[in-house]
Amino acid sequence: MSRMMHNPRIPVGEKVKYKFSDTWSKLIRYCKAYLPTIILALVCAVGGTVFTILGPDKIKQMSALIGEGIFGNMDFKAVTTVGLTLVAFYASSILLSYLQSFIMTTVTQKITKKMRNDIAHKINSLPLGYFDKIQKGDILSRVTNDVDILGQTLNQSIANLVSAIVLFVGSIVMMFVTNWIMALVAIGSSLIGFVFMAIIVARSQKYHIRQQKLLGDLNGHIEEVYSGHNVIKAYNAEIGFNQKFETINKKLYKNSWKAQFMSGLMMPLMHFIGNLGYVAVCIVGAILTKNDPKMFDIIPAFLIYVNLFTQPLSTFAQSMSSLQSAGAASFRVFEFLEQADMEDESHKTQVLENAQGNIEFRNVKFGYDPKKIVVKDFSATVKKGQKVAIVGPTGAGKTTMVNLLMRFYEINEGDILIDGISTKELTRENVHELFCMVLQDTWLFEGTIRDNIVYNNNQISDEQIETACRACGLHHFIQTLPNGYNTMLNEDAGLSAGQKQLVTIARAMVDDAPMLILDEATSNVDTRTEILIQEAMDKLMEGRTSIVIAHRLSTIKNADLILVMKDGDIIESGNHETLLAEGGFYSELYNSQFEEV
Amino acid sequence: MLKLLKTLNWKEWLLLGCCAGLIVLQVWLDLKMPDFMQEITTLLKTENIAMKEIWKYAGYMIACALGALGATVIVGFLAARVAASVSFKLRKKVYEKVESFSMEEIKKFSTASLLTRTTNDVTQVQAVITMGFQLLVRAPITAIWAICKIANSNWRWTAATGVAVGIMVCVIMIIVIFAVPRFKRIQTLTDNLNRATRESLEGVRVVRAYNAEDYQEAKFESVNDAVTKNHLTIGRTMAIMGPGMSLISNGLQLAIYWIGAFLINRSANPIENVAIFSEMMVYMTYAMRIVMSFMLLIMFFMMLPRAAVSARRINEVLDTQPNIFDGEGVPETELKGVVEFKNVSFKYPDAQEYVVKNVSFKAEQGQTVAFIGSTGSGKSTLINLIPRFYDATEGEILVDGVNVKEYAQRDLHNKIGYVPQKAVLFAGDIASNIAFGDNGRGAATQEDIENAAKIAQAKNIIERKEDKYASRVAQGGTNLSGGQKQRLAIARAIARKPEIFIFDDSFSALDYKTDKALRKELKKKTADATKFIVAQRIGTIIDADKIVVLEQGDVVGIGTHQELLKSCQVYQEIAYSQLSKEELGDE
Repeated sequence: MSRMMHNPRIPVGEKVKYKFSDTWSKLIRYCKAYLPTIILALVCAVGGTVFTILGPDKIKQMSALIGEGIFGNMDFKAVTTVGLTLVAFYASSILLSYLQSFIMTTVTQKITKKMRNDIAHKINSLPLGYFDKIQKGDILSRVTNDVDILGQTLNQSIANLVSAIVLFVGSIVMMFVTNWIMALVAIGSSLIGFVFMAIIVARSQKYHIRQQKLLGDLNGHIEEVYSGHNVIKAYNAEIGFNQKFETINKKLYKNSWKAQFMSGLMMPLMHFIGNLGYVAVCIVGAILTKNDPKMFDIIPAFLIYVNLFTQPLSTFAQSMSSLQSAGAASFRVFEFLEQADMEDESHKTQVLENAQGNIEFRNVKFGYDPKKIVVKDFSATVKKGQKVAIVGPTGAGKTTMVNLLMRFYEINEGDILIDGISTKELTRENVHELFCMVLQDTWLFEGTIRDNIVYNNNQISDEQIETACRACGLHHFIQTLPNGYNTMLNEDAGLSAGQKQLVTIARAMVDDAPMLILDEATSNVDTRTEILIQEAMDKLMEGRTSIVIAHRLSTIKNADLILVMKDGDIIESGNHETLLAEGGFYSELYNSQFEEV
Repeated sequence: MLKLLKTLNWKEWLLLGCCAGLIVLQVWLDLKMPDFMQEITTLLKTENIAMKEIWKYAGYMIACALGALGATVIVGFLAARVAASVSFKLRKKVYEKVESFSMEEIKKFSTASLLTRTTNDVTQVQAVITMGFQLLVRAPITAIWAICKIANSNWRWTAATGVAVGIMVCVIMIIVIFAVPRFKRIQTLTDNLNRATRESLEGVRVVRAYNAEDYQEAKFESVNDAVTKNHLTIGRTMAIMGPGMSLISNGLQLAIYWIGAFLINRSANPIENVAIFSEMMVYMTYAMRIVMSFMLLIMFFMMLPRAAVSARRINEVLDTQPNIFDGEGVPETELKGVVEFKNVSFKYPDAQEYVVKNVSFKAEQGQTVAFIGSTGSGKSTLINLIPRFYDATEGEILVDGVNVKEYAQRDLHNKIGYVPQKAVLFAGDIASNIAFGDNGRGAATQEDIENAAKIAQAKNIIERKEDKYASRVAQGGTNLSGGQKQRLAIARAIARKPEIFIFDDSFSALDYKTDKALRKELKKKTADATKFIVAQRIGTIIDADKIVVLEQGDVVGIGTHQELLKSCQVYQEIAYSQLSKEELGDE
């Protein structure tokens, strides 16, 4: 893919701007199927919270009953009744909140699983051009980090937020119902504290953002130093890098203690607000009680309400920040999921089977960026069984022709025909079936050697596999492996680059399609291994129309047609002899490899 | 974890001591408050409410609360500073350690892992120090103090509190047994998920060419299933935590009341009853604090394993001893650019097989020595021994007549201009990348830079750019093409004006024409420098003074192109695979 990087410069679709409400409404629509279940969970959360609010009221009754019992007969029966009621309350509250958590966890996992599958599916339905402009790491972090963040928020924050709201509203209602003056006092005294808290949050936010940025800088710098380690060493360049590290590290230190200190202030402050509210209620309560002795009874209840009232406020702060980060995460997920797919082809009915392998390029015009046409007007005919080579310096756009032929990209004007049928009339799937392909990147996946060769085609017999491997000179090597064809391939399987390449050639062989594409299939192999591969490929090419892109000109001299590309355009075409005779770019390119300096 | 505490100096220990003292003060103030609350409640219960008294106790309470707030804020301030300073120093230590590593150690850890160890792991440790230290001091003090205050209460209450703590431990055990092993699996499963995604991304062309979209998606789905299952078990187990904890605190509260009711009901004496009642109220406050302390402690111990893993990973780096050290130092040598390999063998430690075996040759000043052989034949390894990226296992390498191990690494590196296989560029501009590093003879001038760019065939590329030599280079040179990067990397070596050039397969990213022009210029402009070239293409090395042919670590031929064509079978095979006989001029 790196070869593509310097060609296209198309902005990734339209840059969508992040809007909190838009993203959340998308998320809600995405979770549509689970909404009833989520609502059930939220009802459970509300139920659990209601019991929490009612609990203190019963505790108050119990304490009053015991108080009465001090100076006379205690109504122990009533105590038992209240006690049992409380047990019932607590039990239901626990049951409801566990049920809530259980449901939310399950639903969240289902949603995140669906999201990950959707992303995986999306990767396969996006036009290839998209991947030229985006970093792999970015998509990976959407699959894991972003979906994870989203999962956590859905799991906790929403239910927490709902119970916090119920708790908040419930305790305010209970307070006002009991006594409005004291309610105002309690709320007022807490508000003073929250003003301070808001100031701190605002200030600490600054440090947190800067800390994240500095950490990013430091990461970038360290990555650079570690990955360029031997160059830095060989050039004695440590000093400059160390100074930069020192500067960033120092800045990070200064910021990080401030950030940590600031956020550390929250808890003690919350604690203090609680105490302040408590004292305020006591004093005002005392003043009120002086005028009306009956008021005494409401004081203990108020003390509990003050406590209940301050609790959810910190939950709000927490939930808001995690809702924000979940918003950002789901924005990134949806941004990816909403990228334009490839054109839908379900209406196409024409099918090309048993193709002969005649290819015709007819006035093809193409640019990765529509404004920057690279292939201007290309026409060529390839008869079945012919070998076509595309040569040119690095970055000349050789791969472009393959991309167009395979319909990885759609051409802007003109047409490409196979056996006289326009590839536009066929489905992409049908086009792909017509070709087998060996690429420069030896892409093997984790699985057995057999899996890697058979790949997605269950109808291949062991015999066919063996024949292909014998043809590639792989069979003997595979037999020496501990599990033969069932040896697992993973990152450290110990296959050399050449052997990996041979496996991909075997894969192409068993695929047995009428046409063959070899895209720099031997460039990361040393020249002696290349001979082996060359033999295997010659076998592969027998009877097939083949299109070969090669770095080393010696391999394509016998091609029926050589297309010479430069700066994205085909500047010469013909066979080896005619091109050499022309004395143009090709002959220059060809001769430059032997000249002594 | 404890080992990392050695990073603290006496000043920081003193600060932590202060923190501990302040935490004691804060706990004392916190535990004092229930007493005042009790007083206020009692006053409210009396007939004629003494407002003055209430104001007094309210004042005390506010004072206590403010005092506790003040103490906590100071503790937070000091702890944050100490923790930040610890992580500052740790990062520096790890960074410097990694810098002292040779390729061997870096390979052992892998760059990515070293990166996480320097940043994420340190941050993890920092978090535990700030949070953990306070928790670890505050929770036990609070718990013990509170227990002391209510030690003489009725045994039934004590039993109830004990049961509550017992249940708590059980809940935690369940979580530990069920969830923790699955927590540990999260990382592996996430890696699998990443791998599956990366596989689809990297193979996107192959996947489509083979119409294997469904096959890939099925694979992804099975990994995704495993992740989901694991998360579900964790989630469902952890969901017990919240309700479980509220069960314990609510249950304990209820139990204390119930026991109180029972005690008061049993005794007929009103005076005794008042005592029991107030004792009950006090007990309640303290019991709740004990339970809270235990919860905090448990939370700390649940946090600890993750931090311990981080600490261990950091220590692994710090404990690794680099095995390449500076030599005694060598005075200015008379010889320039003379390199001799004497019976050099190399194998990786723990490896069975030698990578290169018994290599001997000598390069005089100004000569070009080329290395050729199939992939994995040990070419790169061999020339990496000259700048001491590795040390030879046996034999010795002499640069200007002195064993490379005797040089200070700086001095040795000053003689060498090294161009790696994969061009590495650094964030900055083109000029800073060419004038990179220090060669002990002062910084490169603009003229040097332009000259180097010209020789490296990079001049045209650079001058076509808008900002010329001030053009920005992104980290890793990602905004340049492979060929451009390689040319700048070569220019960088040239600007260094070294005695010895090492080109580790540096020309294969260039097309034949550029390759040729570059070598021509190089020969003309740097005639005095000795050049070592690892190459794949015969064309690149056809005119070398000496070609060393390697086959699985053995030298199978040394000589010029023409000599080798006659005498060395391996060389012939390589040559014929690239060029036809006529082209090689072999008659």
